[in-house]
Amino acid sequence: MMGKILLKLYITGKTAKSERAIGNLNRICESDLGKEYELNVIDVLENPQLAENEKILATPTLIKALPPPLRRIIGDLTDQDKVLLGLDIVPSHKTPL
Amino acid sequence: MPKKIDVIFEKLPTGIAGFDQVSNGGLPKGRTTLISGTAGSAKTVLGVQFLVEGIIKFDQSAVFITFEECPDDIRKNMVGLGWDIAALESEGKWAFVDASPDPGVECVTSGDFDFGGLLARIEHAVRKVGAVRVSMDSISAIFAQYQDVSKVRSELFRIAVGLKKLGVTAIITAERNTEYGDVSRHGIEEFVADNVIILRNVLESEKRRRTMEILKFRGCSHQKGEWPFTIMPGQGVILIPLSAMELKQKSSNVRITSGNKELDKMCGGGFFRDSIILVSGATGTGKTLMTTEFIHGGAIAGERCLLFAFEESREQLARNATGWGIDYDKMEAEGQLKVVCEYPETMGLEDHLIRIKDLIEEFKPHRIAVDSLSALERGSSERGFREFVIALSSFIKDQETAGLFTSTTSTLVGGTSITEAHISTITDSIILLRYVEMFGEMRRGLTVLKMRGSMHDKDIREFTIDGTGRHIGKTFRNVTGILGGHPVYTANQESDTDRIVSMFAE
Repeated sequence: MMGKILLKLYITGKTAKSERAIGNLNRICESDLGKEYELNVIDVLENPQLAENEKILATPTLIKALPPPLRRIIGDLTDQDKVLLGLDIVPSHKTPL
Repeated sequence: MPKKIDVIFEKLPTGIAGFDQVSNGGLPKGRTTLISGTAGSAKTVLGVQFLVEGIIKFDQSAVFITFEECPDDIRKNMVGLGWDIAALESEGKWAFVDASPDPGVECVTSGDFDFGGLLARIEHAVRKVGAVRVSMDSISAIFAQYQDVSKVRSELFRIAVGLKKLGVTAIITAERNTEYGDVSRHGIEEFVADNVIILRNVLESEKRRRTMEILKFRGCSHQKGEWPFTIMPGQGVILIPLSAMELKQKSSNVRITSGNKELDKMCGGGFFRDSIILVSGATGTGKTLMTTEFIHGGAIAGERCLLFAFEESREQLARNATGWGIDYDKMEAEGQLKVVCEYPETMGLEDHLIRIKDLIEEFKPHRIAVDSLSALERGSSERGFREFVIALSSFIKDQETAGLFTSTTSTLVGGTSITEAHISTITDSIILLRYVEMFGEMRRGLTVLKMRGSMHDKDIREFTIDGTGRHIGKTFRNVTGILGGHPVYTANQESDTDRIVSMFAE
């Protein structure tokens, strides 16, 4: 049993890039993460101090806070396989070896 | 008639010693200046100092964005320079934006991104402390974190634009590969190129020499060329603004004694109070005695003297002085004298200069003696030494004190030293001490070669040194070529002819 997955997505305002990242992430979560995840979307324009604490440079940045290890993925998350690889999650539509 | 267009870009005084002078008032206000330099050229120190001086001297809050070292390292490193960043942070005057790489976290790129997050953090930090000044150090490091160089470059451009919008005066540092070559490694100057300053750290005659050059200030005036600078604990970067010095010294008609009555007479009544006197002579011609007399003369007149000795120790000097009946210990105890002895090699010339300046400002002497100036030449390049001498003389004259420098000639008879070649035009008086070889014996001669603004004795006089000091006697008659180093006896008259006769007499 894999523990609960905690994801944080940092974006800068409601730009096309932000929307794309949110859309892509939702799709990945639904298809590959099942129900065991929590996603927080944080707008750095509204919460700059959170961005400071988390040392966010580039946006969008996706952080997998739990389970360890901590992982970061930057960009609008267009490449689904790369995102899953980055999150250290085996895609459910591919059978593990 | 053409209309005169006056565009005046205001400058923000930085508070960095010497910099505001060479930049004609500071950094262009509300704009971004790129500071480029090789590794170890003091970019970070300058970036931090720009902010610290702003807070301490002008009460201007600041934001430091770090791409390279983590804030904790910067806090620790700067303690050595006397800057307590943590205290400034707790006063709400200083904020860090930490963009340093986190080696423990793996980072994957998937798709398009921008630096909106960083810009939002910078804006937040600037608003939080009400920052006037911003430093970004060093943007070369960010290129190492991302693969897409052109993306990083265009995003940094956005940040530069963002800084401009915030109205802050900013410094951005960047790394360059060579001391003389491209401005920066990644061509960053293209987008923050309004103003560019280059720091150099050149190896010259086995010594490091730091310089700063303002390459351009778009739309603003600045002084041109490279200026040497040094980094001192507790003070940070200190620039030595050589070419920016002004010849505005006041001139005095007040005469002071050289400490030797006969020499005073030769100089038309003594040295001028705010003049620089150069004493040149071979080893053993009595240069140190000249300094000793100069100091003694000052002490009798109730003046304070500062002696910088680069050849002998405090004990040796005191012993020599005692030999001539002068008590250094008593003078020091009474606060009339301060002797500073150092090997020239202990530090760079820039550091010597700053130290000498500090001591002069602290002790406020009426007279300054440097014995010998040429010893300082040992550990430096010719150019560095020339700049040092000019800066020192101009500073001493600015203080309206008298300065006596000694210079050792390389040859026993005749000859000049490089020291003289460098400073003879800026000294007011030159006194030459020379050996005169005559009839198998070494005698000593003295002449006042130059005495600006005064009549003086043009003779070459013989002198002797004994337990009571220097005794200036008669003129060398019938001898020519003393200064050229080849004294030739021109026989015809009384005394010297008689002398030859007497040598062969029974």
